[in-house]
Amino acid sequence: MTTETCPVSEASPKNEAQKTPWRSIRTIAFLGAGLVAWWLVYGQLLNLANWITFHVLQLNAGTHLGSAVLFFVYEVPKVLMLLLLVVFGVGIIRSFFTPERTRQLLAGKSEAAGNVLAALLGVVTPFCSCSAVPLFIGFVTTGVPLGVTFSFLISAPMVNEVALVLLFGLFGWRVAAIYASTGLLIAIVAGWTIGRLRMEKHVEQWVYATQGGSSSVQEENIDWAARLRLGMEAVREIVGKVWLFVMLGIAVGAGIHGYVPENFMASIMGKGAWWSVPLAVLIGVPMYSNAAGIIPVVQALLGKGAALGTVLAFMMSVIGLSLPETVILRKVLRPQLIAVFVGVVATGILIVGYVFNLLL
Amino acid sequence: MKILQVLGPGCRNCTRLAENAEAAAKALGIEYTLEKVSDIEAIVKAGIMKTPGLLVDGKVILSGRVPSVEEIKALLQ
Repeated sequence: MTTETCPVSEASPKNEAQKTPWRSIRTIAFLGAGLVAWWLVYGQLLNLANWITFHVLQLNAGTHLGSAVLFFVYEVPKVLMLLLLVVFGVGIIRSFFTPERTRQLLAGKSEAAGNVLAALLGVVTPFCSCSAVPLFIGFVTTGVPLGVTFSFLISAPMVNEVALVLLFGLFGWRVAAIYASTGLLIAIVAGWTIGRLRMEKHVEQWVYATQGGSSSVQEENIDWAARLRLGMEAVREIVGKVWLFVMLGIAVGAGIHGYVPENFMASIMGKGAWWSVPLAVLIGVPMYSNAAGIIPVVQALLGKGAALGTVLAFMMSVIGLSLPETVILRKVLRPQLIAVFVGVVATGILIVGYVFNLLL
Repeated sequence: MKILQVLGPGCRNCTRLAENAEAAAKALGIEYTLEKVSDIEAIVKAGIMKTPGLLVDGKVILSGRVPSVEEIKALLQ
C-alpha cells in the first residue's frame, strides 16, 4: 500500500518540500484565534439578545411577543454557533477515522466487545446513508459479525453530532448526555440481539458471494492543515444544509414558547398517558427528518409539559430509523431481517422512553 | 489516455466528483474517458466503503469525499 502525499490544493513539488513546522504553527495559531473569538462572541449572546429585543425593537418583557422574540433572537445565533463549533470539531475527529480502518478494527472481534466498539466507532466514522450498502457489504464479507455491523449501522445515524449539539444548546448537557448514552446502549444491545438471532441467512445471498477488495484503497497521509480544511468542509456541507431548518425550527419553538400556555402538552404527551410512548415511536419511525429540523420543535413540546421519555423516544425514532435508509438496505437485507432490525431498535427506543418517564 | 471512473450510487456527491474530475482532466488537456459506475458489486470489489470513489486506470486514488478540481489535477499528474 503506497501512502499518498497530502492532497493540498496548492500542491506542487516545490511547496511540498516546505511543508514544515511553520505551516503547522500558523494553522494552530489561526485555530486558537478562531476559538477565542468564538468564545468571546458566545458569551455576549444573551446581552445582545436582550439589547435587540428590548432596546432596538422596544418590546416589553413579559408579553407573549417579547418572550417569543427574545427566545428567537437568543437561540438562533447560540445554536448556530454551537453547531459551527461542534460540526467543525467532529469533522476533524472524523478525519482520523475511515471506514477501512473501522473495518479493520472490527473484523473478527467477538460479539459483545465488538458491539460496544462498533457502536462507539459509529459515532466517529464518517458515514452517509448512500454508503450504507457498500459499507455493509464491506464489513460482513471481511469478518465483521452481522450483529456487530448492525451496532455500527444503528449508532451512526442516531448518535449524531448535530442532534447532540442542539440538545445541549437547548436543554443542557444532561439531556444531551442521556441521548448519547441511551443511543449507544440501544445500538449495542440491538446489534447484539440481532447477532444472537443468527439472521445471517436473511442477508441476500449474493452479498456473501461478493469479493471485497480490502487493500486497493490507499491510506491518505494528511497533515493538520488538511484536517482543518476537512473540518471546514464539514461545516460548509452540514451547517450549510441545515441552518434554515434550524431557524425555522427555532421560530416554531419561539412561537410555542411565547404563546402556548404551560402544560398544554401534558395531557397528550405527559407522563400520565401510558400510550404516549408507543404512539410517539409509531409516529416517529416512518418519519425522517434531519436532527436540526426536529429538535427545536421538541424543545417547545418539552417546555409545555410533554414528558422527557416520550419526547426522547419520538426523537430517536425519527432520527435513528429512516424509511429511506431501510429502502436502501433492502438491496442487501431480506424483508424479514429488515423487520427484525426495525423491530428490535423500535423496542429499544420504547424501553428507553418508558424508563425515562418513570425515572424523571 | 487515462480511464477515469467515478464509483457511487449516483447521489449528489458522485455527480460533483464526476464534474470536478472532468474539469480537472480538461484543464490539464489530457486525453481521458469518464465513466460513472453505480453497480454495487463493482464498488465493493474496489474496496470502497464510503462513496464516491475516483479510479484512474483501474486504481483507486481517492474515496469518501469530493476533492476540488485543483486536488484532482494534482492527483492526475
